[in-house]
Amino acid sequence: MIPPAFEYLRPKTVPEAVALLQQHGDDAKILSGGQSLIPMMKLRLARPSHLIDINRISGLAYIKEDGGFLKIGGLTREAELEGSDVVRAKYPLLLDTATVIADPQVRNLATVGGNLAHGDPANDHPATMLALGVQIVATGAKGARVIAIDDFFVSLFTTSLQHDEILTEIRIPSPPPRSGGAYVKLERKVGDFATAAVAVQLTLDDKGAVQKAGIGLTNVGATPIRAKSAEDALRGKKLDAATIGQAAQLAADAAQPGSDLRGPAEYKKGLIKELTKRALTRAAERAGK
Amino acid sequence: MAKKELIKLKINGKEREAAAEPRLLLVHFIREALGLTGTHVGCDTSNCGACTVIMNGKTVKSCTVFAVQADGAEVMTVEGLLQNGALHPLQEGFKEEHGLQCGFCTPGMLMSTYALLQKNPQPSEEQIRWGISGNLCRCTGYQNIVKAVQFASKKMAQGGK
Ligand code: FES
Ligand code: FES
Repeated sequence: MIPPAFEYLRPKTVPEAVALLQQHGDDAKILSGGQSLIPMMKLRLARPSHLIDINRISGLAYIKEDGGFLKIGGLTREAELEGSDVVRAKYPLLLDTATVIADPQVRNLATVGGNLAHGDPANDHPATMLALGVQIVATGAKGARVIAIDDFFVSLFTTSLQHDEILTEIRIPSPPPRSGGAYVKLERKVGDFATAAVAVQLTLDDKGAVQKAGIGLTNVGATPIRAKSAEDALRGKKLDAATIGQAAQLAADAAQPGSDLRGPAEYKKGLIKELTKRALTRAAERAGK
Repeated sequence: MAKKELIKLKINGKEREAAAEPRLLLVHFIREALGLTGTHVGCDTSNCGACTVIMNGKTVKSCTVFAVQADGAEVMTVEGLLQNGALHPLQEGFKEEHGLQCGFCTPGMLMSTYALLQKNPQPSEEQIRWGISGNLCRCTGYQNIVKAVQFASKKMAQGGK
């Protein structure tokens, strides 16, 4: 399957890339890792007239702690997250997520920015970033602006990025002491999209009660879903079986899955309940360490 | 038709160049423009890993990369394993341990496991299995492929390169 023809453009800087987006309008697309876009082009699900390849722009791939955030450049590859010492030491939720995305070859090219900007609720990072409460930096003609992750996912394959904006950075708030996270995914086989998955990020107080909780759900709706009522139900409570069970039920209630090849909707709701229990338990263990 | 771009790259140590439309996938460029047919097209949908090559030190699925993206890159394909007519320890391992039957997946398996051993010369069985998790084999089963990689890892530790 050879994709339809397009014009290929290779800017050297972000402003150049933005100018190209403005010049070529709605049919121009950014080529980042290409691991979602190229398969879609082969299937004619995407037919961009122009591809703007940002892979040669230097300074867009980095992972660094700075000013109370872990800052991840938009062009950072999934494999770089897996190999990062700071991610391994302090961001277990991110590490869990990066290691279950597709397979090693795909992770060598696929970018964190692309995983989010694609706006696919079946991707793994969106739920993770909802649970972590991150900020997205979008760079356009007028410079950079910050978008709260809660305002980022609009509908299926649609984010609040403007047409002439590029996702240049993700800012993850540095977790306070007694924090931990986990991503638990059920997939039919390695490399598949999630049948369902749950991302949890917790911060406990010095008595072991939940101070802060973030819960994100993968592939059970038109957008990635933040399970707010489940988060609220956890606040101030110790994570005993009853509390975990109640939050898991609320997370399942927040899911809006459809029935498809990966299973009927009711099954997926049940799955969210169980995966939430597991993710909460694992996150709490990690927070307690 | 979009205009052709001149693509120059270093493949298995040799400088090569050819013109291609931007939409041409790297796997077709390697097989058709450069005449290296060791790299296979299996699924053509980024699932099977038969098309795996090493680009700038990292394994990629060449059916899911445009040839223009490899402009200026260093690429290694299965043809790059043979050194002065001698089989690479991995190739020997696949032969000795029956790591292939039809051989369709083998070029991709060799590239993924070559990259794995470069990074981690003594992988555990689990690490080998994760290392080939992006490569499907429809006939051998993975048992002997794992053994083949263990064979190569041992041989390379004894100075077999
Ligand atoms: S042919 Fe590229 S992954 Fe199967
Ligand atoms: S040997 Fe036939 S597919 Fe692997």
